[in-house]
Amino acid sequence: MTPFVAPSPLSELSAVLCLLLILLVPFAGAGLALINSGLGRARSAAHAMLSALCVTAVAALVYVIVGFAWQGVAGRPDHALVVAGKAWGWIAAEPFFLRGLRLDLSPAALVVLLQILSVGLAAIIPLSSGADRWRLSAICASTALLAGCTYPLYAHWVWGGGWLAQLGVNCGLGRGFVDGGGSSTIQVVGGVTALSITWILGPRRGKFSAEGMPAALPGHNVVLVLLGCMLAWIGWLALNSAGAMLFLGAEPGRVVLITINTTLCAASSGVAAAVVTRIRFARPDASLTANGWIAGLVASSAAAAFLKPAAAMIVGGVAGILVVWVADFLEFQFAIDDPGGAVSVHAVGGLWGVLAVALLADAGPNGQWLAQLVGIATLLGFVLPLTYGLNWLLDRVYRQRVAREGELQGMDLSELGAGAYPEFDIHGDEFLQR
Amino acid sequence: MKLAGLLLLLAGWAIVVAAVALLPSAGARAGFVLAGVATELFGLVLAVRSHLVLPAEGE
Repeated sequence: MTPFVAPSPLSELSAVLCLLLILLVPFAGAGLALINSGLGRARSAAHAMLSALCVTAVAALVYVIVGFAWQGVAGRPDHALVVAGKAWGWIAAEPFFLRGLRLDLSPAALVVLLQILSVGLAAIIPLSSGADRWRLSAICASTALLAGCTYPLYAHWVWGGGWLAQLGVNCGLGRGFVDGGGSSTIQVVGGVTALSITWILGPRRGKFSAEGMPAALPGHNVVLVLLGCMLAWIGWLALNSAGAMLFLGAEPGRVVLITINTTLCAASSGVAAAVVTRIRFARPDASLTANGWIAGLVASSAAAAFLKPAAAMIVGGVAGILVVWVADFLEFQFAIDDPGGAVSVHAVGGLWGVLAVALLADAGPNGQWLAQLVGIATLLGFVLPLTYGLNWLLDRVYRQRVAREGELQGMDLSELGAGAYPEFDIHGDEFLQR
Repeated sequence: MKLAGLLLLLAGWAIVVAAVALLPSAGARAGFVLAGVATELFGLVLAVRSHLVLPAEGE
């Protein structure tokens, strides 16, 4: 067991403000759910929304039953490995079912509440990469693996006083790995899970021609996508602010800076994506602009508490350019069919946000860049193989992709027995090149 | 090739963790962390390329 620096005690005003902010976090999940549904096919729209609701439920249940026991809170008991005379926390030692935790306005209780909502947000991210072909029961099983294993383990290392958080104390690397709002713990963990899912499921039927050229399968409702962006913005303002208060010890007055930086990141990222698509396609692309907006929010999470407003605009601008470029690159060069762009938006945007702490934020003493790099290396070198391995094993035991007939029929009719738009004609694949 | 890519990812991470935990010198630690990240990037490219879709599978 190793003790670690406990989260700073919150004043009553701070605790109430933090609670109110946390209550707004579900807007982020609602926004992502709408985006996923809008970017998918009309014949799978109800399935997409139901999946979002189901993963939120499964994630909350599994996290409360076992997830929090692995994640814990900084300052509470955990298991540590002693290497070269230094203790490195690797997993929490909490009881299951939140037993022994006082659920009031204490920082630990607020952390639990935020995490129950955050793990659901992370679990919604892969839904967009598996759209139109991922079975609902497999989605729930995969979510259980995320909420019970991958997420809590990495979140303990970052937010629970684990070895990444201890890099500052043990090695003198700045403040240790810093991520106030979850660019890594929520977004990249969800993003690399999305990459694993695209690999395991394979592309949608008809997505790639015999020559390997991708066909455009446009989302069925861009209005839902853009409404989702607005809702996600509210959720992210709350997520970044509450995270900074709980995990970085930010005082209530800092919420103003965090809110401004989060908005500037999203704004500059959305504008950058619109400009890049305007240059490439002669018109701004609504779906990619929406993805740019979300990528800006994702990138803002790690550093919003430390950035100056001008730096926040740079972080967002780079995220907006990256998301368009990476989405095309993955589809054309690596034949990755990611209908909602989860990999480019959440994995790449999140990694850029984590790196931006080292490059552009006033995060503290020297060595911060190395701490951030170690965190990124852990996401790529540990979390990605772990989540791929777990989902690959699940797929061996229980096939995750819907049968061919079900995919042609649409997920709504195939899995739910009723479509989202029963009074409208839903087009099949007749417009695809053969 | 897929398995090799995933193993390289893990190997790169092992280099990073070992450098952080065992090396006292800041310069050596930074060098090995960068080497570990480079190994991971190589593994990532290998893993991603191994998932390239064959034309028949995309139909």
